[in-house]
Amino acid sequence: MLRFFLTKLGQLVPTFFGITIVAFAFIRLLPGDPVTLLAGERGVTPERHAELMKQFGFDKPAWEQYLYYIGDVLQGDLGKSLVTKQPVLEEFFTLFPATLELSFCAIIFAVALGLPAGIIAAVKRGSWFDHSLMGVALTGYSMPIFWWALLLIILFSTPPLSWTPVSGRIDILYFFDQPTGFMLIDSLLSGEKGAFTSALRHLILPTIVLGTIPLAVIARQTRSAMLEVLGEDYVRTARAKGLSPWRVIGLHALRNALIPVITVIGLSVGVLLAGAILTETIFAWPGIGKWMVDSIFRRDYPSVQGGLLLIAGIVMIVNLTVDLLYGLINPRIRYQR
Amino acid sequence: MHKTISMTALGLILAASVSAAEAKTLVFCSEGSPEGFNPSLYTAGTTFDASSRQVFNRLVEFTTGTTNIEPALAESWEISDDGLEYTFKLRKGVKWQSTKTFTPSRDFNADDVIFSFARQWDKNHPYHGVSGGSYEYFNGMSMPDLIKDIVKVDDHTVKFVLNRPEAPMIANLGMDFASILSAEYADKMMEAGTPEKVDLEPVGTGPFKLVAYQKDAVIRYQAHPDYWKGKADIDNLIFAITPEANVRYQKLKAGECHVMPYPNPADIEAMKADPDINLLEQEGLNVGYLAYNALKPPFDNPKVRKALNMAINKQAIIDGVFQGAGKIAKNPIPPTIWSYNENTVDDPYDPVAAKKMLEEAGVTNLKTSVWAMPVQRPYNPDARTMAELIQADWKKIGVEAEIVSYEWGEYLERSKDKDRDGAVLLGWTGDNGDPDNFLAVLLGCDGVGGSNRANWCHQPFEDLIQQAKTVSDNDKRTNLYKEAQIVFKEQAPWATIAHSVVFKPVRKEVKNFKIDPFGGHVFYGVDIEE
Repeated sequence: MLRFFLTKLGQLVPTFFGITIVAFAFIRLLPGDPVTLLAGERGVTPERHAELMKQFGFDKPAWEQYLYYIGDVLQGDLGKSLVTKQPVLEEFFTLFPATLELSFCAIIFAVALGLPAGIIAAVKRGSWFDHSLMGVALTGYSMPIFWWALLLIILFSTPPLSWTPVSGRIDILYFFDQPTGFMLIDSLLSGEKGAFTSALRHLILPTIVLGTIPLAVIARQTRSAMLEVLGEDYVRTARAKGLSPWRVIGLHALRNALIPVITVIGLSVGVLLAGAILTETIFAWPGIGKWMVDSIFRRDYPSVQGGLLLIAGIVMIVNLTVDLLYGLINPRIRYQR
Repeated sequence: MHKTISMTALGLILAASVSAAEAKTLVFCSEGSPEGFNPSLYTAGTTFDASSRQVFNRLVEFTTGTTNIEPALAESWEISDDGLEYTFKLRKGVKWQSTKTFTPSRDFNADDVIFSFARQWDKNHPYHGVSGGSYEYFNGMSMPDLIKDIVKVDDHTVKFVLNRPEAPMIANLGMDFASILSAEYADKMMEAGTPEKVDLEPVGTGPFKLVAYQKDAVIRYQAHPDYWKGKADIDNLIFAITPEANVRYQKLKAGECHVMPYPNPADIEAMKADPDINLLEQEGLNVGYLAYNALKPPFDNPKVRKALNMAINKQAIIDGVFQGAGKIAKNPIPPTIWSYNENTVDDPYDPVAAKKMLEEAGVTNLKTSVWAMPVQRPYNPDARTMAELIQADWKKIGVEAEIVSYEWGEYLERSKDKDRDGAVLLGWTGDNGDPDNFLAVLLGCDGVGGSNRANWCHQPFEDLIQQAKTVSDNDKRTNLYKEAQIVFKEQAPWATIAHSVVFKPVRKEVKNFKIDPFGGHVFYGVDIEE
């Protein structure tokens, strides 16, 4: 198992360097530069433009800039934002807990509903439940996030219903320190009455919106994986032994059907982290999605590079974890040479 | 004993809840996060809303809701006869805000003024490079060329010496970048080795002090109890950062905020009909235009430009692109600016006459292009559609126009080119409410190949605006600018398209909120009636 782990870990090193190059090149390939964009309609004189580019260190050849950059990165310094002048690392980790909290809730929501729904659909294949579930899943998968979010807000957040708050992470009248950055935890720690409930209520709609697509994907994937496994010989044998149907499904079939499902869940985590952009924008959720988009629009090179690198790093770690989980679930993968 | 304690506790709870009920909190659903809290470092309105307009004061300020100048930290000023010396008498007894990290030991004085300008002006000032300072507005308004010296005459008198007479100087000093910061606080932070704190945890003399900021989420302010104009009517001011316009509107409806900026044009009708919402409106301090390239034939001929102007159906643009949130522009400056000439006559929409004029000028089978900006701006919410309308209008008089567009940074850069082919859609939002800020920047000879996208340098016009720069008498300046607008209209370097109409939805319980012509949001003087 240790060898398996180390091999996987070793594969990450070239990937990491690849990402630094892609992140570095990607933002520079976009037309426009930070100085011109900062100036807008007002414009800057060519002399002033050159002076500012020099001040930012963008006057040097690209390869030289990259060497400086990678040198700093290896020392754990991702540079400072050109706009806010704050360290990129600090900005990222101030905002990241919000994205993580939301993604975590969304994935729990998607798994908690998607897994059982997929299993039932597979077991009751061809039933009305199966048909309607697959129909709903297809709708969920193709739902435009923006429209879906606004629909939920208009239905549930404004009068007459007013069940959930429109946006934000907690009622703004609550004001306390946030040592962890995770609102659910911080609201509990604050000891303020009603804070936790408020934070929870604020999570409901964004969780549903962000979790909808993964939910649909997981439900469909579980169903098809289950169908495949249910036709296998060992399931028939288990049935022939006289085991109860739910024991056959839960113990023998599900465990083997889980491998492709875990793959999908693992991939969804990556998608959720980077793809929460729309959800975060609509619900004014202070996470990294919106921060990245703003940085790209402003050609804030250090923020975009650093952000991409950190997100990619996190996705790599999640994928590594998924790989290790395969190994745990299925010994055949662990012993592959 | 037990009973006493619980009674005391009950009393405390009651007192707390009473004061909580009495404390007035206004929530503003702002559109984005500020770049920081020092207005001299940045150029975005979002940043000014969060900093200069709540936390700081300037020597002079614009009367809320107008472009008129009024005394602020300077009680009065004198301008020497040659227009080169501006002497400001500073207000006494102005208190600085106290924060968690700083308690002021003295009132506002001349040292603070000197510090605030020297930091931006003097490259060797210890604070010049702090927070990567590039002071775009200070440079953009040509202050380094303009200022010769800033002298502390005494603790409450400061003299600005200029290199040349510049009538818009007073208006410049009312701009956000000219906010006055505390020199004492700056010294303390420098000693502590944390000079950046001056820009992140601001200390001002303004009506509200910053209490807390969480990026992309919320900014909290409290009324400054010793504010020199008197404490604000509201006790707490909260910016709930909400980037999406639809969502801001839903929050306003749900009562989660009191004021919201930048509504979607599509929601305006529903807002008008909502009994809980007051929809305020005012023409914006901006102009959207189409600039020909006056250096390239046949556009060097005013007659050709005029003919093309007459072929554009502006009302159709107002209806189709602005969806009613715009007014036809006839002058290059908006009507909210003093010296706006009511008497100029706009080019009439008359395709038949336009076609004839083109023929008379000897222009047939003209092929050109219309540049469409890739971004939304208040003065042009949808440049693509606007370009398509103009293209169709011109087709009617036999002019073939191709629509071109580039990424925004690229667009700004390429449109400056003197050899550029075609007419450029662009616009301008005023900085200081002075006509010079439009006419000299956008149409002056210095701007050719730069901010003067028409590359139009016309001596009679140039003489008028240069003269207006040096005269400090406002009536004389007004006349000069009015004349300049007539010359502009005859020469037609632009098709003046539209001024936006700014809508500001506020909840019914909000009192005395005024639209700021500069696009800002000022909450001093605003009250909430329960």
